[in-house]
Amino acid sequence: MTLQFGNPDRPNSYIGKTVPRPNAARLVEGRGKYVDDIVLPRMVHVAFVRSPFAHANINSIETADALSVKGVLRVLTGADLAEVCTPWVAVLAHLKGLKSPPEHPMAVDRACWVGEPVVAVVATSRAAAEDGAELVDVDYEQLPVVTDMMTALDKDTPVLHPEMGDNLAFQRINEEGDIEAAFAGAHRVVSAQFSTARHTGITLEPRSILVDWNPAEAQMTAYHATQAPHMMQTVLAKHLNLAESRVRVICGDVGGSYGIKVHVYPDEVATAAIAKIMGRPVKFIADRLESFTTDIHARDHKIEAKIAVDKDGKILGFDVDDWTAIGAYSVYPRTSAIEGNQVINLCGGPYDFADYRAKTTVVFQNKTPTCQYRAVGHPIAVAITEGLVDMAAAELGLDPIEIRRRNMYADDAYPVTSPAKMRFEGLSHHQSMDKLVELMDYDALRADQAEARKKGIYRGIGIAAFIELTNPSPFMYGIGGARISAQDGCTVRMDPDGSIVALSGVTEQGQGTEAMLSQIVAEGVGVRPNNVRVITGDTQVTPYGGGTWASRGAGIGGEAALRAGRALRESILEVAATMLQADQNNLDIRDGEVVDSDTGAARMPLEELGRIVYFRGDTLPEDLPRELVQTRHYITSEYPFAFTNGVQASYVEVDTDTGEVTLLKHWCVEDCGRIINPQLVDEQIRGGIVQGLGGALFEEIHYDEEGQLLNGSMADYLVPMAAEMPDMVIGHVETPTKESELGAKGAGEAGTAGAPAAVMNAINDALRPKGAQVSAMPFTPERILRALGEIED
Amino acid sequence: MKASVGGYARATDLQHAITLLEAADGMARVLAGGQSLVAAMNMRLSTGDLLVDISRLSELRGVTDEGDTIRIGALTRHVDVEGNALVRDHAPLLADAVKVIAHAAIRNRGTIGGALALADPAAEFPACVLALGATLHVMGSDGERTIAVEDFFQGLFETELEPEEILTAISIPKAEMGERQVLQEVTRRSGDYALAGLCLVKRQGGHRVTMLSVGEQPELATDAMAKLDDGDIEGAIVSLRAEIDPPSDTKASAKYRRHIAGVLLRRAVDQVTGDAR
Repeated sequence: MTLQFGNPDRPNSYIGKTVPRPNAARLVEGRGKYVDDIVLPRMVHVAFVRSPFAHANINSIETADALSVKGVLRVLTGADLAEVCTPWVAVLAHLKGLKSPPEHPMAVDRACWVGEPVVAVVATSRAAAEDGAELVDVDYEQLPVVTDMMTALDKDTPVLHPEMGDNLAFQRINEEGDIEAAFAGAHRVVSAQFSTARHTGITLEPRSILVDWNPAEAQMTAYHATQAPHMMQTVLAKHLNLAESRVRVICGDVGGSYGIKVHVYPDEVATAAIAKIMGRPVKFIADRLESFTTDIHARDHKIEAKIAVDKDGKILGFDVDDWTAIGAYSVYPRTSAIEGNQVINLCGGPYDFADYRAKTTVVFQNKTPTCQYRAVGHPIAVAITEGLVDMAAAELGLDPIEIRRRNMYADDAYPVTSPAKMRFEGLSHHQSMDKLVELMDYDALRADQAEARKKGIYRGIGIAAFIELTNPSPFMYGIGGARISAQDGCTVRMDPDGSIVALSGVTEQGQGTEAMLSQIVAEGVGVRPNNVRVITGDTQVTPYGGGTWASRGAGIGGEAALRAGRALRESILEVAATMLQADQNNLDIRDGEVVDSDTGAARMPLEELGRIVYFRGDTLPEDLPRELVQTRHYITSEYPFAFTNGVQASYVEVDTDTGEVTLLKHWCVEDCGRIINPQLVDEQIRGGIVQGLGGALFEEIHYDEEGQLLNGSMADYLVPMAAEMPDMVIGHVETPTKESELGAKGAGEAGTAGAPAAVMNAINDALRPKGAQVSAMPFTPERILRALGEIED
Repeated sequence: MKASVGGYARATDLQHAITLLEAADGMARVLAGGQSLVAAMNMRLSTGDLLVDISRLSELRGVTDEGDTIRIGALTRHVDVEGNALVRDHAPLLADAVKVIAHAAIRNRGTIGGALALADPAAEFPACVLALGATLHVMGSDGERTIAVEDFFQGLFETELEPEEILTAISIPKAEMGERQVLQEVTRRSGDYALAGLCLVKRQGGHRVTMLSVGEQPELATDAMAKLDDGDIEGAIVSLRAEIDPPSDTKASAKYRRHIAGVLLRRAVDQVTGDAR
């Protein structure tokens, strides 16, 4: 029996409804349990001495003074840890040519960025560990630094890792058709330079890990704020020389991740190594300064790009030259080449055109490593694409909505493969655009803009269509050799009281995974969501899975949960049919009761069935299967990724005297396929938009020429705050993926993907009458005034 | 990071506080609202000092009418400065300033005396009291003394206060009939330190202009003031841009700040003359 998603009055219709989050009350009451809330017997704390230089040899380390501090138990160097922990190399086979040197949990002979861990001080309290860390004397010999991206490959630039030969980590060209001919024959070619600032994803809860090594059992237990517990299990086992089965990773409550917590961090592996050396539980909680210097950074790109159009505004081709600098090492195990690779896969995404060339050049430098952060590569590709489309529209005198309508893939064009060789199963660009135009009342907004301009007020409207990559298959990491699971599993069981327990391999980071799973399982089995307890984040307990990343939780984990729930429902009904001497096909489970499927008449509550199965199984036929537990695993197989689409709009006002940008309103229409929980999807979109607006207007990590990080605090690194955020109107189109019964695609990154481009286009729409244009994010007041020519060097 | 503190003592009265400061021989910090000091301690930018907690000295709190002036106790919290009727009537600049100082949680604890004694050039209150021509009341082991605000600020986070002295109150001359007091600033986000800010006080005796976030300490923009007194607004803008020496940092360059100084002055003048946008 298939689920009648089209009928909102169907029994147990929880999929598609806003249901309460099972963990909300607990978290709001302050009863969450984060890693830092866990206290174990004999637990000690570690603080790290970190390199104050971007590039330096470590000549000697003097630890005696640190050891004399009350409470300090041990001081360990990189060489000490190298004895128990092997280094890692972050490359993937399918990213041809990607190279990166071996990286240790702490620098051994040489530090390569400001913040790289050099010495670990272990003490009975974090304060004592910090007191000790202040007294560690490291003799550094400073080395020449590589900080500028665009000169990293120049002959006279020092090579950061001499054994690598040069500073090039990765390079790839994605090419289709005849780009030279397309541009040669174009009616107009518009080119521009774009840049997106190096920024980071600020999690409310910093990176946290507590590792307990029990030598008696040869068992390591890591309590870890992570998105991917099973991946971490593999990593810790491999590099600490343990059996994978003897590493248990427990991921309780997590205070936000955004991609930050899906990577392997040297200081976290060091913490595990120290636990193994000392035979004591060791806790490491990053403080905010450590978060800024050592959480992965992202988005540090400079791009030259051009678009070719014919006289009707039809796009002929895109030509994109993307550069990014990734810090001193490619980050393990997902690598730091993925972001650039995504950029060249995603440019031009919504549009039907023929000729394409996009090249990414990924270089090393002496800064904090960069890696995947929410909407990996998307905000960059969308800014390039949508920036150029708007510039072309202005050049041709076309309305920005109209030029997009002339170029977006028709809604009946699918399946289709794009010039960037992305395969689209089914998208809804035109429906989404129509809905957006209606939601924002586009014509009225243009009238308001014109009216304001008469008063000398500069307002602008920006549009940004986008595609988003979700539900990744093994094509993302697995084929490259990484033990990162693209499949995911869910076990659903019924206990004697008729309640349901669901164990899932996807994880809760605060985004609502457990709510989503509870309502899917509730509908799948036929109980109320509050009768489903969801357990995630424990490698010893849940089915093997990938966790939370690349917008896969609902699409992959949700489908596994639905299948497991449906299978359990069948198991229950088989028992019920025997007990009731009824035809199983005439029975259903609704609201926790076995009922006649035609009339809805109650036949037996689940707790009665549970009582019989678990306590009076002797009354059932001997050969009757009575396993009230079912596990299903799910993996996508037809498409490498389930693409979603959407379009955003921004309305801004620019103060041309001060350069301040006020966000007046923001709209997003997106298509994530089947919506499981409308409120969760809306708030995912809103939260994503906020992070996108941060990139557009506020967030930028600053380094000086020596590789010193200049703004490592919440006072100096500006995250978007509520007061500056506009009202956001969210609309939906639903094109379910046909790959799964659930039909869900990801929704977690769409907001971030499109928001920066929408704001950029809105600002440029406002500035166009003054002949000014910006394309370097974030759009600070100073950059606006410089574009206006109000200040010059 | 965890703070590293050299000790803590809660003063029972003003004299006790001064005795504690004297005994510490320069190794003590006065803890009032703690909104800057505790943050600095938590970054280990301030370590090892004795904290002398004066936050319970109720005699340092509140606003009184002293005839030609109002007297604001040093421990008066930002939120209470904003809500005080005497301040609103006689020194509205201070009440207006509170609206743009940080966030509610900080305004509920931070004190005006703490803000002035810290002398952060990016803070609003130092620039405001300089524009208003305040007098600062200080208590030390030798008794009370007063310092004219023009003499109080001595550089980046530096004041005329001796290590064993405590700022007890600020006297502000009451606004004259028709006096206008205006604060203008540009911030990246609501509650942030301003990229640049400007106070303009227009009295019968002339204009007073001060700025925040454009130098090591708040200073009177005397050239711009003279031009304003002459009614030369364009000249005042040119003079103001010439007489400040703003810093460049990750949020804005000196050029931006210098440019904005002129924009803010024009806006302040417009606001004073009722031609506000």
